[in-house]
Amino acid sequence: MKNPIRTEAEAFSFVLVVAALAVAVALAAVLGGTWVALGVFLALALGVTVGIYMKSEPKVREPAVWERGRGDRKILVVANETVAGRALRSEIVHRARRRATEILVVAPALNTRLRHWTSDDDRARAEARDRVERSLAALREAGIEARGEVGDSDPIQAIQDALRTFGADEIIISTHPPGRSNWLERDVIERARELYGCPIAHVVVDLEHEQAKVGAAPASTSSS
Amino acid sequence: MSAVAHAHEHPPTANRSSRVDARLLGIYLFIASEVMLFGAFFSAYFFARVGVHNETWPPEPFELPVYLALLNTLILVTSSFTMHWALQSVKRDNRAGLIGGLFLTLALGFTFLVIQIREYTRLGFAPHDLAFGSTFYGLTGLHGAHVFVGLNLLLYALVRALRGHYSSDPEKHLGVEIPGIYWHFVDVMWIVVYTTVYVL
Repeated sequence: MKNPIRTEAEAFSFVLVVAALAVAVALAAVLGGTWVALGVFLALALGVTVGIYMKSEPKVREPAVWERGRGDRKILVVANETVAGRALRSEIVHRARRRATEILVVAPALNTRLRHWTSDDDRARAEARDRVERSLAALREAGIEARGEVGDSDPIQAIQDALRTFGADEIIISTHPPGRSNWLERDVIERARELYGCPIAHVVVDLEHEQAKVGAAPASTSSS
Repeated sequence: MSAVAHAHEHPPTANRSSRVDARLLGIYLFIASEVMLFGAFFSAYFFARVGVHNETWPPEPFELPVYLALLNTLILVTSSFTMHWALQSVKRDNRAGLIGGLFLTLALGFTFLVIQIREYTRLGFAPHDLAFGSTFYGLTGLHGAHVFVGLNLLLYALVRALRGHYSSDPEKHLGVEIPGIYWHFVDVMWIVVYTTVYVL
């Protein structure tokens, strides 16, 4: 269960819930006495707790809509090892050249489960930082200015974190081809499309193919 | 050589948690500690109340001004609406709404404090009157102190808003959002205090 109060708006909603709960308890106290009020309080508190737990999915708390900027188009790029792939770079360049675009590249700090649970993420973050730097350098070469950051090891969490400070109009998720992609195995694209209202493009980067055929940039893109 | 030496003069840049903004995390930890503080005061209150056998609560001849406190409750709940309005306004770059919302929140919070102080002067009992008096003044006074702190935070935010600070950029209105979260916490605590002390 995640923290249900992550913004002022959610804190305000909590005030309303507590006020409604207090009114119900007060009414129960007036009509049935202190013990009835206590019973009502416990029942409602349990109900509210279960309700918060049930609604604690990011879908209902996602602040990206009201954080969305009114200036340049904002594209959030989330990619693992494929972040420096040519196919992804071509896709970003293609979109950025159509209009003024602000680009944020996020590379999740991919880590082993054991290291994750022991909070040993220094190496994972350093490697992710390295990938981001290479991607940004490649984009700069192509004339695109972008900024980058290292994200959570979970790509969905990384997207959510990025959206809190970067109101993306569009998200590009880059993965390995089907069969070799851990993210596709975990339905990251489908889950992201369910959770976030903005268009999400999926770019498949075949690093082996790119390395084998220097100069060609095979990419298959699907948008929602 | 000097570059290497220079690099070792400073610690490496700290990793920023990607789970929650450090400033928001700070206010959450602070509020968590405040909840525990209030919990201690509530424990004392219930201990005193449950320990009184065969007596009405509040003990004779004391009475609590339930309706005046209800008015104060409505004032404080209203101030949560104006606080929310202020933040929604800044998210839309509506400066007039931001300033108006903060000012109204400040005015309502100040009114709450004035009424509470006025209530104290007319209650007819003091903190040294039984455990009842001690726990009553302890809980409501602790809450009043939090309102006072909240008013200072709001005043600071209002002055900054009047000077043209804050904008719809999420990074540029945390100075309103964080006092807002604190203010809602103060509001929630009052609802709990009122229901517990005045109603039940």
